[in-house]
Formats: sequence, C-alpha cells, structure tokens
Amino acid sequence: MPAKKHKPKLAVWKFASCDGCQLSLLDCEDELLKITEIIEIANFPEASRAIQPGPYDISLVEGSITTPHDAERIHKIRRQSKILITIGACATSGGIQALRNFADVKYYTNLVYANPKFISTLQHSTPISHHIYVDYELRGCPINKYQLIEVISAFVNNRKPNIPNTSVCIECKRKSVTCVMVSQGLPCLGPVTHAGCQALCPSYNRPCFGCYGPKEAPNTTSLAEQFIELGLSKNDIVRAFRGFNAYSDAFRKESEIYEK
Amino acid sequence: MKQISPDQLKDLIQGLQYRGYITIGPTLQNGAIVYSEILDINDLPIGITDSQKPGHYRTTQTNSNAIFNYVVGTQSIKRFLYPPIQKIFSAKFTEKKIEIQELDKPSQRYAFIGIRACELEALKIHDTIFSKSEFKNSRYTTLRHNSLFIAVNCSKAEKNCFCTSMNTGPEVKYDYDLLLTEINKNERHYFLLEVGSEKGEDIINEFDFSDADESEINEKYKVIEKTKSQIEKFLETDGVKESLLQSFESPVWDDIAKKCLACGNCTMVCPTCFCMTVEDYTDLERNSAERIQKWDSCYTLEFTYIHGGSVRVSVGSRYRQWLTHKFATWQEQFGTFGCVGCGRCITWCPVGIDVTEETTKIKKLSQLQTTSLEEL
Repeated sequence: MPAKKHKPKLAVWKFASCDGCQLSLLDCEDELLKITEIIEIANFPEASRAIQPGPYDISLVEGSITTPHDAERIHKIRRQSKILITIGACATSGGIQALRNFADVKYYTNLVYANPKFISTLQHSTPISHHIYVDYELRGCPINKYQLIEVISAFVNNRKPNIPNTSVCIECKRKSVTCVMVSQGLPCLGPVTHAGCQALCPSYNRPCFGCYGPKEAPNTTSLAEQFIELGLSKNDIVRAFRGFNAYSDAFRKESEIYEK
Repeated sequence: MKQISPDQLKDLIQGLQYRGYITIGPTLQNGAIVYSEILDINDLPIGITDSQKPGHYRTTQTNSNAIFNYVVGTQSIKRFLYPPIQKIFSAKFTEKKIEIQELDKPSQRYAFIGIRACELEALKIHDTIFSKSEFKNSRYTTLRHNSLFIAVNCSKAEKNCFCTSMNTGPEVKYDYDLLLTEINKNERHYFLLEVGSEKGEDIINEFDFSDADESEINEKYKVIEKTKSQIEKFLETDGVKESLLQSFESPVWDDIAKKCLACGNCTMVCPTCFCMTVEDYTDLERNSAERIQKWDSCYTLEFTYIHGGSVRVSVGSRYRQWLTHKFATWQEQFGTFGCVGCGRCITWCPVGIDVTEETTKIKKLSQLQTTSLEEL
C-alpha cells in the first residue's frame, strides 16, 4: 500500500521523569529510520533542535505532573494534539516520585534544598490522566521499545495495538520461564502486574517488582496474603507495592492496608 | 520386554539423533524440571527428585543415579507440538493486491523422552481437538505425526498427583512408541524397555538389547504398585459433570474469586488447555502484515471481550468457566474429561488453589442442595 502523502507529525513531551522512556524512541536504532519515513518527528527536543510548531497528530508524553507550571502546560499540549499517548510509569501512574504522595513534600524540600522557599512543587505527583483526557497509556519503567513501535504503527495504520493488559505470568509461561514464586518462594508481583516486558526479571531468575503497574482487575489482596505466607512482614508488603507504580490505584490501596 | 543399561539408553538417544530426531527430554533449569532439547544422557536430571504441594515446587539433588525420579515438570510437551507463539501467515501488499504467504510445513521431528502416562493422555485429547475435529490444525497434526514418544512409567508420585482418579495413570498402557521403566534396586540400575508401535520396533531393531527375565519384568509391576500407593489426592469423578452443570450459582465461585489471582498460570501449564488468540500486526512501512497465534487464557478479561465489554467480568465466573469446561462440558464437546490429573494447575497456582478440593466442595453443596458454605 503506498504511503500517504501527509506524514503524521509526532511530538515528544517531557514532564517529571528520568528521560528513559523518550530514550526508548532513540533506542529504536534499526527501526528509527523506518519510523521517520512514515512519521515526521516534529518536536522532540531530546533528539533535535529543529522544532516545528503544532498541531501534532501524535503526542508522546513522558513524566508525571509535579509542579503548578506543569499542571498548566499539559493542557496546552492536549490542545495541540490529535492523539495523546502517555508513556512509562511516571506518566501513567505518577512514577517513583509519587512516593512523596505518602509523605510530606515540605519535609523533603527542607531536607534537600538550602533555600526551599524557591521550590514551587505540588504535594502530589500525579499521572497525566488525572489532568487531561489520554487516548492511550503505554506502561513500563522504562517502556519496551517494541511496544512503542507497535503503538505508533497501530495508530498510524488505524488499527488496535497488540498490547495485552494481562498478567506477567502469561508471558513467563509462554517463554517457559519457571515460576520463581512457586519454585523458590520469592515474592513476585507478576500475577498482579501488567504484561509487556516479556517477563524480563523472572527470565533472569528474579521476582517481578511491578514496574508495568497493575494488570486488568488485579487481586492484590490475595497476593499480599500469599506474601505473608511466604514470610514477608507487613512493612515488606508496603515496600513491595510502593515501587514505580506506588500511586496506581490498586497498588496504593494494597500498600495502605498494610501500612496501618 | 527388553532390559537396557544406562549406557544403552545413551546409545539409544544417540541413535535417535542419527535418525534426525531432535531429542527432547527433562532437564534441570533454575531448579525445576523443564522439557528441553537434550544432546546426551548427562543432560537428563540424574539424581534429581521433586516435591510438590499446592503452590509449591522444589527439587533436590540426591545421591541416587536415578534419571526419572521426579513426577511431572513445569510444562508438558504441549509447547513443542502447539507452540505458545506461532505465526499463521503473512501478507504482502503488492501494487494492486494482497498476497498471502502461507508457512512451510514444519519439518522438525521430535523424539520426546520421559513423558508420563498423564501426558500421553493429554496428547490423545489434543489429537481429538486438533487432528480429528472438523477444523484441523495441520501444523500440530504434522508435528505430532512425525514425533516419537518414549514414555516412562512414574516411579514416584507427589502430593498433587491424581491420575488414578482421572483413570490416566500412573501406568503407561498405550499410545507410546517405546516405554521405559526405571529400576534402581540392590545397587543395580537398569531400564525395562517395551515397544508400542512399528516406529518403536524399527528403532529397537538397530540395537542388540537383551530380553528381560521374569524377575526383572516383575519389578515393573512393583514400581507401578509403589507409585500408585503414594498417590494421596483423590477426586470422585462420578456425578461431577451433573453437579457442575447444576452449580452455576454456587457460592463456591465467589469464594474462590477471593483467592484466585486470575493470572492464567493454571491454563498455561495445563497439558490440555488449548485456547489461543490471534494478533494482527502491520509493519511500519505498511508493506506487509502478519497474523500471530498465541496461547490465551479464559482467565483474562479480553478472552470474552465482545463489542461493549467482557462477558465474564467477575473472577468467579471465569473460574467457573474453566472448571466447568474441564470436568463437565468438555465431555459433551470431546467425549472425555479435559483433566488428566497431572496436578500442574495445583502446583503452579501461585496461591495454591486446588481443583480437586474446589470440585469436591461444589459437588457436596449441590448434593446437599444448599448454598451455604458453612454447612460443608
């Protein structure tokens, strides 16, 4: 099928984040030239100074909202974007910086900065979807570059992205990775975590720590009870659920139960 | 019946490789028994034994030189004959039309070493589904037809085994090409070898194996009796189908849902579960497309997604679907139970849900004609 004359324009935006997810786009290497053949990378400061004005067909948004300025800026981006896709744990759940949501951010700024009065920050680190309508969320810390290509390819071709929201267990079993929880008694978040990483940690004999966030309808209560059986303390369970997706609903609620 | 030494088993494995078979057998990987390609007898789990309980699996190294002293490993041979991820076809856009490119027939020939009675029974179930039904799976049929099955009689049972309830084991009775029984007694280690097909006969004819004498043959039955006596788990299958079909509203489903993670592990490790999904991919340049088949699970929401939402939203309804299919509607569909009693779904459930216990609970409730779990 011949390529359309109009190349969709892509923009990449950054909020509170480590840049790792944006880098996944540059990390595409072999596929990067093909991507630029079908889409025009119009606004991607991390890759190029050549910035074209909006509107954009697709916006990829990385990072969480942590400042009053960013809370405003995201609305401007939404207005310029036909399709807005959030990428990574920060943008989809608030990220590791959402650990502040369980503490007092003023206490932190007083500890860290010599002059905390110059710091303008919000008490909570929140996902993009708490502020604007998001068309699609791509999970992971960082995101998987093949999933990123899949999402871009799907949106450009007007088809559904093949991004299942089932458990990591399914990926383990398809890969013939032996369950580390059953065979070694390790506390693995795989049964409640969104697939997409191709079972990266269990493939290296380590338990999943949930960097893709909750799967569809996760039963965190039952898994936490099983962790107790495996000998974890209440505090261990709080820590298990308070990782990169600590502020996602399911993980937050479970950690709060064990914090009491 | 022949009797062969471990060295002769080594020769037999080599002989299969000379004939072009990819030899698949049990191996120890990250502390678990996993079916994988073996090149030599030393790749087999010599001296390894396993212990299994609901949600619990461990292996230990013993001083014994026994090779098959474990029950069943992480997954059955399903993944070789019915791969978890499989391209079905690809398509290319040419100037005016779409050109479909079908895949070549699979050419690999597997020799499976060490498969158990329950796994052979599962194979038979897959034959019914994939090779004998109206909609044939030609890849499965070709691979299966070209494979060789060297079964082993189980020399031990574990806490989750219930093949005797499902009438599938532990003795291997049919559908094998060659059958081994490992005897490790009085410091003598050997295998009894039986032939079950022409294919098997053909292979054995190349070797000069000696016949087993009567006392050796008796050892086989002693092994089987010992294994049988170790099986503790029991499921009364009489009336299970009727009870399940009457129990759509049983309180057991919601009770299980409190524990069930809906992670899909049980369906993935089940040697008979065969559900799959298809994913369509297009490449970035829009020149080609692919259709990929992947193992799916009835525990996912997407499994029953139709326009507007999923049919089975509650976890209880998804568990009910799975269990009812295994023990009731499978009979109407394929004429057998969908369960062979290998116990994998119990072992590999991260929270140790036991199908035999849940099925028994449902049956009791339906017989008592009560909906109160406390009355059990």
